[in-house]
Amino acid sequence: MRRPVRIGAALLGVVGLLASAACSAQPQAVSKQTIKIVYQKTDSFTALDKVFQDAKQEFEAANAGVTVDLEPIQANDDDYGTKLALAQRSPDTAPDVFYEDTFKVRSDVDAGYLLKLDSQLASWDEWSKFNEGAKAAGRGDDGSIYAVPLGTDTRAIWYNKTVLQKAGIPLPWQPKTWDDILAAARKMKAADPSVIPFSMYAGKGTGEGTVMQSFYELLYGTGSSLYSESDKKWVVGSKGFTDSLQFLKTLYDEKLSVTPADALDSNVWKKVFGQWLPQGKMGATVEGSYAPSFWQKGGSYEWAGYAQDMGVAKFPTQFGQDPGGVSMSGGWTLAVGAKTKSADLAFKFLTTAVNKKNALAFDVNNSQIAVRTDVASDPGYQAANPFVKDVSNLVGVTHYRPATADYPKISLAVQQATEAVIAGKQSPAEAAAEYDASVKKLVGDTKVMQK
Amino acid sequence: MLAPVAWSFYASFTNAALSGKAALNPQWVGLDNYARMLTDSVFPLSAWLTVVFVAVSAILGQNALGLVIALLMTRSGGATASLVGTVVVASWILPEIVAAFAAYAYFSQDGTLNQLLGMFGVQGTNWLYAFPMAAIILANVWRGTAFSMLVYRAALSQVPRDVSEAALMDGARGWQRLAFITLPIIRGSIATNLMLITLQTLAVFTLIWVMTAGGPSNASTTLPVLAYQEAFKLGDIGYGTAIASVLILIGVVFGAVYVRLIRGAKP
Repeated sequence: MRRPVRIGAALLGVVGLLASAACSAQPQAVSKQTIKIVYQKTDSFTALDKVFQDAKQEFEAANAGVTVDLEPIQANDDDYGTKLALAQRSPDTAPDVFYEDTFKVRSDVDAGYLLKLDSQLASWDEWSKFNEGAKAAGRGDDGSIYAVPLGTDTRAIWYNKTVLQKAGIPLPWQPKTWDDILAAARKMKAADPSVIPFSMYAGKGTGEGTVMQSFYELLYGTGSSLYSESDKKWVVGSKGFTDSLQFLKTLYDEKLSVTPADALDSNVWKKVFGQWLPQGKMGATVEGSYAPSFWQKGGSYEWAGYAQDMGVAKFPTQFGQDPGGVSMSGGWTLAVGAKTKSADLAFKFLTTAVNKKNALAFDVNNSQIAVRTDVASDPGYQAANPFVKDVSNLVGVTHYRPATADYPKISLAVQQATEAVIAGKQSPAEAAAEYDASVKKLVGDTKVMQK
Repeated sequence: MLAPVAWSFYASFTNAALSGKAALNPQWVGLDNYARMLTDSVFPLSAWLTVVFVAVSAILGQNALGLVIALLMTRSGGATASLVGTVVVASWILPEIVAAFAAYAYFSQDGTLNQLLGMFGVQGTNWLYAFPMAAIILANVWRGTAFSMLVYRAALSQVPRDVSEAALMDGARGWQRLAFITLPIIRGSIATNLMLITLQTLAVFTLIWVMTAGGPSNASTTLPVLAYQEAFKLGDIGYGTAIASVLILIGVVFGAVYVRLIRGAKP
């Protein structure tokens, strides 16, 4: 019986240990102060590590006796969120300053992980340099600010000009409707059956990428939405939802996108950025404004020709209705841990990490859209890559995810619906009906509305 | 040893979570998490897949194959036996994560299996997508057979030679000696072996997570994978631990059956 017991033990051992640790208050050494910084670092994402290394030097030089302890977590976005949440549960492991996904801010505020920053921000002269819209990313349900944005992003269609030219599609390409996309994709397929004309993620393999870089571009372009902010309810039974699934089904059924097997592989994005687009084997895909960070010098998939070969277009609305395009935005913030014992030092470090110099370096190296107005107007930022202007303009038509505590489960239900459709397991109508049922089960009938 | 299990069991009656209000103040929700399983679209499938996985890969696969190899080794003896033994044990001593990546590399689209098939002009499919459970079951058999083989090697060496020789004199054929003499004698070892490999297979997580992550469309989501997804991917510790509790229960049921078998073996 030991083995199954171990699973239970592993699952709740974690919680048990953390809970017991939470009860034991540790006396704090006063003589030498240390602040702990937790953030994400992967082989293909080192831009933030660089920022923190620089900020540490700057901060330690200016604050004698304080040690900045950098603790990068090597993990993908999902696992980073989990590891961070586990670390938050005990004062011994909770960070003083940490990197936080915008869509987790509200639910982590509810969990008591983030320190309210209103008073510190009030006396920080650089806060006025932050874009007003971007400031909202760090706002909790109570209206207070809990996190400071580092940068944001948008999503667009990235296309390979040579593939489109071969299919006789005039450049620059800007589809006006969903049908324009299908027509162009069919042309590409006819011109060269070996290319993948138009890739859109689907299924649980690509996780949040499936909804951010595919499904929501469709859904929000139908006039429907996932959540009604005014009613504070989740939307079910919308025609837009079924239409969006139908569009994906058409793409996959006509083999205009990758194979379903490839779509469900969590590493498919590496092939998109690293092989198919650079080798001219893919016509277009929907991806983030950060795409050039993979191709520019020092990126994971260096590609000198990307600036000439790639083009960027706005994702159209279903029938070309206003505002003519759709984009999704996310982005990351820095927050101060609610359990910190040196709140002032932690906030001071945070401001060092997001000062103009560091924010500029981060935005350029990670192809982020600037949230500081002084960075946005900096010539270095504007010259970072040839697409900065195009993707920054998409902020005008962008949407944000409903960052409620229920959101991750809803997102999974959407991913599941797309997976069932592209794998041929359910029709769009069946998958939509199952999504509606899951949402009702997840959030309760009172938090759901028919639209 | 019991404290974490008790904790896990306790948490399965709460709405403990990784984030949100429930992370700050978990509430007692009684049997809600268990009731939710009944209406969960994935849970019944997941429980079924777990039972299939254990029955086919452990009870049938590892157990039977281990016994056959052990019998053949006993008969052939010497260099062949030790060579076969080494090959089989090699996959067993690999760390689970390494074995999992090896299995992934073997079954994936551009993997070893399809390259081998290609040499014979056969176009392979994407096994992990088209037949995820079959691939995982084969991988678990490959990885775990050595254990059963070792248990049976030891058990067979304890079978008194004179008994089978006497049977041979009485004209018993090979399969008759196996069915009426060898197997009854090693019955206790069979039950012990079944118990150990069943419990071990119930807990297999890394192998599945690396090979298919439970997909496609939950087609290979066993209970440990589901518990992990709910507890850590979705942050729902309460529901995740409830699933883990059910897993423990399944282990207890299997265990009770085997204990009866062992008792029956030693009158």
